[in-house]
This record gives sequence, structure tokens and C-alpha cells, in this order.
Amino acid sequence: MKVDLKEVEEACKELYIRALKLLPPDIKQGFARLDESETDATGKSILGTMIRNIKVAEDTNNLLCQDTGIPIYNVTIGSGIEVDGSRLKQAIVTGCERATREHPLRSSVVHPMTRKNEHTSCGRLVPVINFDFTDRPEVLSIEMIPKGSGSENNSWLKMAIPADGIDAIKTFVVDCILEAGGKTCPPTIVGVGVGGTADLCVHLSKVAATRALGSKCDDPEGAALEAELSAVVNQLGVGAQGLGGDSTSFAVHVETAATHITMNPVAVNMQCHSARRARATFTPNGITYGF
Amino acid sequence: MAHYELNTPVTEEQVRKLRIDDTVTLNQTLYGIRDATLIHMFDRGRTTRFDLNGHAVIHTAPNVRIVDKSAAFPTGYAPLCVGTTTSARMERFTQPLMKQYGVRIVIGKGGLFAASQAAFKDLGGVYLAIIGGAAALETTWIEQIEDVDFDDLNPESLWKFRVRDFGPLLVAMDSHGGNLYTQVNDAALDKRAAALAALGVKREA
Repeated sequence: MKVDLKEVEEACKELYIRALKLLPPDIKQGFARLDESETDATGKSILGTMIRNIKVAEDTNNLLCQDTGIPIYNVTIGSGIEVDGSRLKQAIVTGCERATREHPLRSSVVHPMTRKNEHTSCGRLVPVINFDFTDRPEVLSIEMIPKGSGSENNSWLKMAIPADGIDAIKTFVVDCILEAGGKTCPPTIVGVGVGGTADLCVHLSKVAATRALGSKCDDPEGAALEAELSAVVNQLGVGAQGLGGDSTSFAVHVETAATHITMNPVAVNMQCHSARRARATFTPNGITYGF
Repeated sequence: MAHYELNTPVTEEQVRKLRIDDTVTLNQTLYGIRDATLIHMFDRGRTTRFDLNGHAVIHTAPNVRIVDKSAAFPTGYAPLCVGTTTSARMERFTQPLMKQYGVRIVIGKGGLFAASQAAFKDLGGVYLAIIGGAAALETTWIEQIEDVDFDDLNPESLWKFRVRDFGPLLVAMDSHGGNLYTQVNDAALDKRAAALAALGVKREA
């Protein structure tokens, strides 16, 4: 299947705007679950306002949150897709720039030292574009994630050692949640990377934080750890917005990678309650939009 | 727990009445500030032509659309989506905002720390928590962008909004040392050991 890069550009523009306006159904269900079990009056009231905001955004065709984030595009290329990778990258960048100028959106992206904002949501190595491949032949999938800074500013890496074992991982996750408090805009999805190199570990924590609620780590060890952590973290009482209650997190997600015999790295990245993402899937039948 | 409807600017007496867990709804003027605004004001010596005395500031940077200037859009900016950013990064600017400019109310999310708490106590100020991430709703409380200073810093300009029924906002830090965040954080730290035990942690690294 040959991919029309003009269509990719258009889709990448559309995806940024869709992601900012429509919260995925799994996150809405996550809100409903937390709202049902919340026992704290302040927590209940805060969740009610957040749920109302989702409806207002839909009714007024507005952005859920003013933070347009750092744009991330996750591209998965099927084995039967014919595409010039370099031009594909350019199409994604152009789509991202056009969304920012044409909607318009607040460009939240600046040069890290001059702090100059080009008002395109783009800059050196931004948008972040990740490529992966699948043996499904005729599918090109592009997932867009606007990653807000409130949650991203609270990211951690610890190069623990093998002698510290899994206890080090569990303790670190709990301490990160306590340190984050209300700064990450809870309820959050707590993403945990376990293993790999330092950079891979941090990347995995981001993959974990941005996965759909209800999805599971495909490593059984990781799946068991995320279930265990998910069952405990809401007992800490940090609560929605860090103002107390039972709704600290929707879930803890874990992603794992093999690591070195001398290493035991753990990273934590969080996704705020505006856990936004959108997906476009290109097949021979055309483009479909979803989450 | 009382509810207050306040028109800005406010007096020290009005602010000192507020206690944590009270709620406040604001009307009239609200100023938008954040990282670059404050860095330019306090580290680079820029001064604003706005009179912030007795006023409320919110940690924000809005999404705006450039439009023709008119009575409805005096700045040539229409508000598209106005929300709130994490306050923690603005901690060191609370005291100078209050001392040099007379600001009385800081609105944000996630809370501020000890230096701000001391400024609220010494100078008469308060921190009002808004629900972060609920920007579509917050935008419906903004009537107009009345004016803008430091326009070159867009979107981190100093914005002057006219607001109506802005809230309810929760008094999370007051001028008497009350602080909902430290209450919650202290209680959460007390639950840390139980959480680690529930996770079967035997030896902390």
C-alpha cells in the first residue's frame, strides 16, 4: 500500500486538534469509576468539575485543557507499507505546524536556551516522533499525544542496583507519587519503566503513562507489578488535585525491558487527568480516526 | 466553611477574613501571569503599566485567536481556551508580587510553598485553588481580554481579563498559616509505611 503524504499531513493536523478536544472513552470510564468510589467531599466535588469540563469541551468544541503540551507522534508502519521515511517525518511536522497556526493553538514549545517561541508547536527534535513496525501488512497507524507540562515536569529516574531488588522499584513509585502531590494534576496515570538502559527506562515510563486504561503490560511480571501498585496507591490519600481523597491515580502502568546484570533502573512519568490521545489508522479502505 | 463573592480589587481586611476550606467566586478583573512574565518582571527589571494593587493574579497562558480590534476585542485577541498552570514554578515570585505590586490573591493549581505561605501571612494574601485541566469550563467564566502588557512574550504576556462568576475557587492557603496542601501531604506521608507494607516491601533502598 502506498501512502499519500498529503493525507498524512492533513491527518497529523487533525489528530492534534482532536486529541486536545476529545477525551478517550477509557479515560471517561476511569473518571466514572473514581467518582463512584470517592469518599472525600472535596475529592468528589473536584471530580465532578473535571467530568463537567469534559462535557463543556465537547459542547463548546473547545480544548479540554489550555496546555497544548509537547506534541508526540507515535507511528507504526505495517510490513506492506511503501513510504519514504524522510518525507513522512516532514509531513508529520507540517501537519503539527498547520494545526497550531490554522486552529489556532497556543504554541507551548520554545528553544531550551533562548526560550524563543516560533508559534508552530515545533522546534529542534519536536514534535517527538517515534517509529515502530508491525507485521500487519497494510496498516499505517499514527497516534498523537499532547503531553502536558504539569505532569511531565514531574519525571524521575533512579538507577537502583540489583541488591535493592523489586522493593526499590515499589518504594520509588510510592515516593514519586508523594513528591508529586497535586503538581501533576491528579488523578494521574502513573507510568513506570523497569529495566533497559537509562534512556530506554524513561521512554518506557512514558509509554506506560500514555497507554489506554484497561490495557495490560504484555510481560506477565510487569502486569503483576502494575496490578499490585494500582491496588495500593490510592490509599495514600493525595487525591484529586493533591487536595485529599481516594482519587490519586486512575491506574499504575508498568512497561519492562531486559537490563544489565549490574543494573535495576526504574523511571516514573505521569499522565495528568487530561489523558489525551488520538489515533489515525490508514488502510486500503481509507483513514479512520479513533483513540 | 463560608462562601464569598468578591469584586476585585479587594482590601487586606477582605482577604484576611478568608480561611482554608472557604470558597470564593470572583468578579471584575483578573490578571494572567506565568513563568516568562514573572522572570521578565523580577529578574530583568521590566515594569508593567497595570496597577495590580489589591488584585488577583492567575497562573495561566491562554490560547487566543488574533482578530480585528473592536469594542468586544480591544486588544485584538479573542480568548479561545483559558486554563491554569502548575503554581509550584512560580513560588519565588509570590512575595515580590505582593510586596512591590500589592497583589492580594494568587490563583493556581497544585499549591505553593513556605515562602508564599509566609508572604500571605505577613502581607495579607491568599491562594485560591482552581481545578487544573478544567480549562473549557474556566473559559466560560472569562468575559473578555481587556488589555495586555508584555505582548512580545505571547502567550506568556501579562493578560488583563474581565471575569464573571469566576469560580467557585477553594481557599487552599490563607493568611493565618492554614494550608490544605501541607495537611494532605503530611497525612499522605503518614500512610507511606502502610502502603509499602501492603506492597510487601521488606527493605527500603
